[in-house]
Amino acid sequence: MTQKPNSLFVRISALLVYVFLYAPIIGLMLFSFNASRTNIFFGGFITQFGPLQMEGSTVVQSPCGPFHWFCELNKNAEVKQAAENTLTIAFVASISATIIGTFAAIALQRYNFRLKAFSQLALYIPIVIPEIVMGIGILVLFSQIFTILSGLTGARFSMGLPTVIVSHIAFCIPFVTLVVQARLQGFDKSYEEAAMDLGANELTTFWRVTFPMILPGVLSGALLAFTLSLDDFVITFFTTGPGSTTLPIYVYGLLRRIITPQVNALSTIWILIVFTAVLLLQWTENRKA
Amino acid sequence: MINWLRRNKSAQGTLLISPTLVFMIGLLIIPLILTLIISFGKRSADGNVIYSFGLHNYIRLLGVSYNCSAGQTVCYDPIYTQILWRSLTLAFNSTVVVILLAYPLAYFIARSHPSRRNTYLFLVLVPLWTNFVIRVYAWMMLLRTQGLINSALAWVADLFGRPFTPLEMLYTPGAVLIGMVYEFLPFMILPIYTSLEKIDGSLYEAAADLGANAVRTFLRVTLPLSAPGMVAGTVLVFIPVMGAFVVSDLLGGKQVILVGNLIQRQFLDARDPTFGSAASLILMALTLVVMFFYTRKFGFGEEIAIT
Repeated sequence: MTQKPNSLFVRISALLVYVFLYAPIIGLMLFSFNASRTNIFFGGFITQFGPLQMEGSTVVQSPCGPFHWFCELNKNAEVKQAAENTLTIAFVASISATIIGTFAAIALQRYNFRLKAFSQLALYIPIVIPEIVMGIGILVLFSQIFTILSGLTGARFSMGLPTVIVSHIAFCIPFVTLVVQARLQGFDKSYEEAAMDLGANELTTFWRVTFPMILPGVLSGALLAFTLSLDDFVITFFTTGPGSTTLPIYVYGLLRRIITPQVNALSTIWILIVFTAVLLLQWTENRKA
Repeated sequence: MINWLRRNKSAQGTLLISPTLVFMIGLLIIPLILTLIISFGKRSADGNVIYSFGLHNYIRLLGVSYNCSAGQTVCYDPIYTQILWRSLTLAFNSTVVVILLAYPLAYFIARSHPSRRNTYLFLVLVPLWTNFVIRVYAWMMLLRTQGLINSALAWVADLFGRPFTPLEMLYTPGAVLIGMVYEFLPFMILPIYTSLEKIDGSLYEAAADLGANAVRTFLRVTLPLSAPGMVAGTVLVFIPVMGAFVVSDLLGGKQVILVGNLIQRQFLDARDPTFGSAASLILMALTLVVMFFYTRKFGFGEEIAIT
């Protein structure tokens, strides 16, 4: 849509919405340099290296200077464990969901089979119901299974990485399928038919024709699944157990108790990683175009 | 076997869909059926589930109470219906505010020079990709009594030599509304942008040729043609707000209890999974009914393009 440039009113409104979007994030980042042990108020920026006077008469050693809270974060074993868990879950879940979801998209777009309408409907459900409903359902399922298993074997079972990963795969599949299906809809079936006419079997046709064409869809599906898993709070909250805490769950736990600028330092790192990732993505997209 | 599979297209399709079906049946359909079964049951003294069949949890949710004041055996206890109503109105209000904020920005991006659009969209994506718990935390810092907003106001008041009492903003319904709006705003900006961007420029020329002024063109051309984007955005905002519990927990404290908080507490603190299951299913039913009538009236948006 090309037409007259935006009026002043539109520009100012847009600017205000951007301020609304960014002011909280920037405030959050500034507080990661806070010279106060709690983040209840702003104690000024940390400016010097070495001994640091906090509120009251507390003096802490800050060899990192302004980056004091980042160094403290680096010493925090819980955070490192949570970061490792988050990444493990996101990698395993997104790769699995991408493979399974791509198969489903091909089946739904290129084949006819008995359970087609049912499958399509089932894939829509996680998108149209609140996430907590699915989370509660999975929690109920696992707790019943564990009760039965404990009764049978006498061993104790609890939620952990496997339950989180399996649940993440389940909620990522519909999104991958949706994205890949959209891509498959976009291109003509005749390419595949031509390959078959020229004597290629189905497997060769898939690897040499279908797959390269849907690859961009598969990659964006994988990326979507990865970010959904990385960002997920609700499903993880109901399926996590001892030892499988992810970063969002860890941060939530901290927020309910004390708030230290460490959380801000963590958020700052997270935001900068996201910023770089989105930037790289846009840059590669633009180069393709 | 291999040859049979090679010839049978339907079997190939079934084979390709089967892993998905295993996950969808195992982790979606069976859990929902289990939730339904449990919702008819009772809680045992130690917080486990006793399977039985009764509608008592649903009756309790609808406000029928048996713990009444003297002389009554059955009375109306509005606590749960109030919670349901609160979630519903909050979801509605959040959606309206989100549309009001998202529209000007989406409109601005869609009408900017094509070379700048990607940058503007990028600026919408960064907050969207920043973790959702972190974004709630950012608002906790802004809204608390000694937070950034109050500090700024105190500084301004000081500048004019006026006395200043900090505003109590955190743990209020308003804080929860702001939190919801902030969380889900990008979900509305992107679909509205997509539908605005598709509008054929010649329609504006036609409107201008026929003598319509800017306001009339907006109301009669732009707004109706961007409706699919708003419908899609509404689906993406309304549903998560209905089920939200983190925003209300962190920004509303004990003041704002939503269905999501009610459900979460039944499973973690109060330990009545049967009642929690009933509440969860009522939440699902309520959301689906509202979305069904909404999409039937306005058409299902095709712009649910997830970025």
